[in-house]
Amino acid sequence: MGEVAAGADERRTDGVGPVTDGIRGQAGSRLMDGLRAYRMIAAMWIRSTMAYRASFAMTVVTDFAVTALDFAAILLMFSQVDVLGGYTLPEVALLYGTAGISLGLADLALGSIEQLGLRVRDGTLDTLLVRPAPVLAQIAADRFALRRLGRLTQGLLVLGYALVVLDIAWTPLKVLLIPLMVLSGAAIFAAVFVAGAAFQFFAQDAAEVQSSFTYGGNTLLRYPPTVFSKDLVRGVTFVMPLAFVNWLPALYVLGRPYPLDLPQWLAFASPLVAAVCCALAGAAWRVGLRSYRSTGS
Amino acid sequence: MNDSSDVRDEEFIRLDGVEKVFDVRRRTGFLRREKHQVRAVDSISFRVARGEMVGYIGPNGAGKSTTIKMLTGILTPSGGRLRVAGIDPSRERTRLAQRIGVVFGQRTTLWWDLPLIDSYRLMHRMYRIPDARYRANLDRCIELLDMSELLEVPVRQLSLGQRMRGDIAAALLHDPDVLYLDEPTIGLDVVSKAKVREFLRELNAERGTTVLLTTHDLTDIEQLCRRVMVIDHGRLMYDGALSGLHEVGESERTLVVDLERELPPIDLGPSARVVRVEGPRQWLAFPASESAAPLVARVAADYPLVDLSVREPDIEAVIANMYASGGDLLQPQAGNS
Amino acid sequence: MGQGRLYAAVAVSGFRRHATYRVATAAGVFTNTVFGFVLAYTYIALWDERPGLGGYDQAQALTYVWLCQGLHATVAAMGRGMEVELIGRIRTGDIAVDLYRPADLQTWWLAGDVGRAVFHLLGRGFVPMAFGALLFDLAVPSDPLTWLAFLVAVALGVVVSFAIRYLVALSAFWLMDGAGAAQMSALAGIFFSGLLLPLNVFPGALGEIARALPWSALLQMPADVFLGERTGVGLLETYAFQGAWAVALLAAGRLVQSAATRRVVVQGG
Repeated sequence: MGEVAAGADERRTDGVGPVTDGIRGQAGSRLMDGLRAYRMIAAMWIRSTMAYRASFAMTVVTDFAVTALDFAAILLMFSQVDVLGGYTLPEVALLYGTAGISLGLADLALGSIEQLGLRVRDGTLDTLLVRPAPVLAQIAADRFALRRLGRLTQGLLVLGYALVVLDIAWTPLKVLLIPLMVLSGAAIFAAVFVAGAAFQFFAQDAAEVQSSFTYGGNTLLRYPPTVFSKDLVRGVTFVMPLAFVNWLPALYVLGRPYPLDLPQWLAFASPLVAAVCCALAGAAWRVGLRSYRSTGS
Repeated sequence: MNDSSDVRDEEFIRLDGVEKVFDVRRRTGFLRREKHQVRAVDSISFRVARGEMVGYIGPNGAGKSTTIKMLTGILTPSGGRLRVAGIDPSRERTRLAQRIGVVFGQRTTLWWDLPLIDSYRLMHRMYRIPDARYRANLDRCIELLDMSELLEVPVRQLSLGQRMRGDIAAALLHDPDVLYLDEPTIGLDVVSKAKVREFLRELNAERGTTVLLTTHDLTDIEQLCRRVMVIDHGRLMYDGALSGLHEVGESERTLVVDLERELPPIDLGPSARVVRVEGPRQWLAFPASESAAPLVARVAADYPLVDLSVREPDIEAVIANMYASGGDLLQPQAGNS
Repeated sequence: MGQGRLYAAVAVSGFRRHATYRVATAAGVFTNTVFGFVLAYTYIALWDERPGLGGYDQAQALTYVWLCQGLHATVAAMGRGMEVELIGRIRTGDIAVDLYRPADLQTWWLAGDVGRAVFHLLGRGFVPMAFGALLFDLAVPSDPLTWLAFLVAVALGVVVSFAIRYLVALSAFWLMDGAGAAQMSALAGIFFSGLLLPLNVFPGALGEIARALPWSALLQMPADVFLGERTGVGLLETYAFQGAWAVALLAAGRLVQSAATRRVVVQGG
């Protein structure tokens, strides 16, 4: 062993730095490596969870119940009023469902990343760094928990209810906007998860800060923007673009006036905003990881 | 397989003036913080040849772990040049990962809640190990490390010794050229220690795997490594044979003798001196470079002996002695080739 | 007397243990403040639509929001307190060590939880409340006696909360999945403490039931005292309600504890 590995290519790199096979090619292959590692680790966790079906079923039900409580609170509110901020229950349900599905998808895919601070503190992050796979993929897939499907299911049910009850003048664009909104929203929340984890490289106990943007953001987006102050709406549109998760596309679907006199075409800007968010979060992650690798803490 | 006079084999691991400086912030008041720099690794240079087995020792906080972390690509050096198998670890971490195996004694690289075999299956695919190779390597590890009963057990239920064996196997499935072991025998019982050492010896002899080993247990070094490097305060203090270390450090081993009854201090002339007496038990210090056998024979012949044991000098004592003896301890092997 | 000093020391160490997590505390305060903002606006919308809903005016409703955000960690309305650790000790069998300690198990854990609660009150209580008062019109009482009455209600709330969580944790002696029980209990805590919505807004029979359950002693009752809704006889009734639940649940805890102890002694852990 070893003869093969000590091939010519590595000789070439000695002292010259890494093989320069093009930045894009490298980034692309890193992405593929990451997805591959993610798939393998997640599959292993799913297999191991399925070994205890009863316990798995119970956790799904519990997760479902936890999220269902939030909708129960909204139902209670509407037991006292007919409209909230000028929106009816089915309209609020549309907002609730879309935000819930987006967060549910992001949480399912990346929720484990919250453990980063813990892993920095107990030193187990190092064990991920000596494996031939991107660290982000390894930590995101660690303890991949299908029970998080509970939140997703609940969001889907509430969205289903909204779509059945609401009287919407459907156009092809509006139909297209629903999946586009949910997926872009998931990508925006995913970016928040990654950026929050990157922050934990610097403040290891600050896991709760990211939950104020993910779960807090989710709570915000369930209610119509008319409920909130203009400054807050401005903040979540231009600074922390949570408004693109569901508000702007959903208001277009509902045919509601836009907050802050924003133009209607912004309804279709969510994928672009999501892409920018993901790029920024990726950069933040790289900064965080580089800092960890230079300070070791 | 490595008998070709390839120069690169002579410097399979190569460090030239490698440094690691940490900024440390200390809280000096309620809000005030003071920033100062700590040189965890201070201009270290050495070469390790392919197939060598080297001990890397030093007291806690000396810079051992920091060096290992730089060699595995976890940490980026602040200065100097570092190559492992021709790869710059910090720049090509994942490519290097295919060539090295790492065992951290204090924390496992295995998946805590899953059966051991699941971790191995995952390694198999993550490292893209050819099927036949994987099976052959796994079978070998199972046999030599006596693990057939452990494969279906979740890692968290393994004893420390079992887990360590599991970790060592995991680090070797992909046929690494270099194996780093950070305190591989810490907390293990005597049997597990012996098993691990035996396995490492065989691995090195049969496959020519280069091994770099940090440890607190000088017996590990004694039984495994011909060469030892001592680091303290981030600097390489010694690089050479273990016997040389004992000479330089003037270290002593201790013979603990239990006699039938309380007796005056045992007198064996200049070869050993009694350092402590406690009832029927006496402690005799003798130079670590000498064999204990003649002493034991003499004690057994002249005194009513019940039991005895030999204690190895600990690293802290050896290093303390190195300082006490003063002078330039570093042998010229390092840093000038 | 010596016992009293022991439990005081346990309480102090409970306080200290949580006080070491400065960053986590700051992050928690931040999160509570964010949730406070979001909820405050939804309450404004709700009370705009129905002024006087649940007997609160809008200022009272907003005060309720910020009070809950500042207080829910203190009364551990969402769980995640000592019960997690206790369940862990039961599962690993370390509980046997605790049982042989020359101290009462329940009082021991209560003392530690009181220490935690005091830290959370000081560390996580004031900042969200101050933020809320800065940005919204709140109904903060001016009478120091109201503040005092409020603190008593909070203390009783902490004891009730502890008594519930202690019972839940002990279930781990019989249930395979103690964590599941803790999660269920946290669920009930979130909903029936009034953290999501004041219990006096709950409609009809659901409201009656919610207000009679022990969880109402955690947030709703201290908040009502703070808002000046409970004075005189009403205040005494509130205390009596909280006290009765505390005594009943602590007593139930003792019963379960002695059954559990027998079980440990018989099975040897």
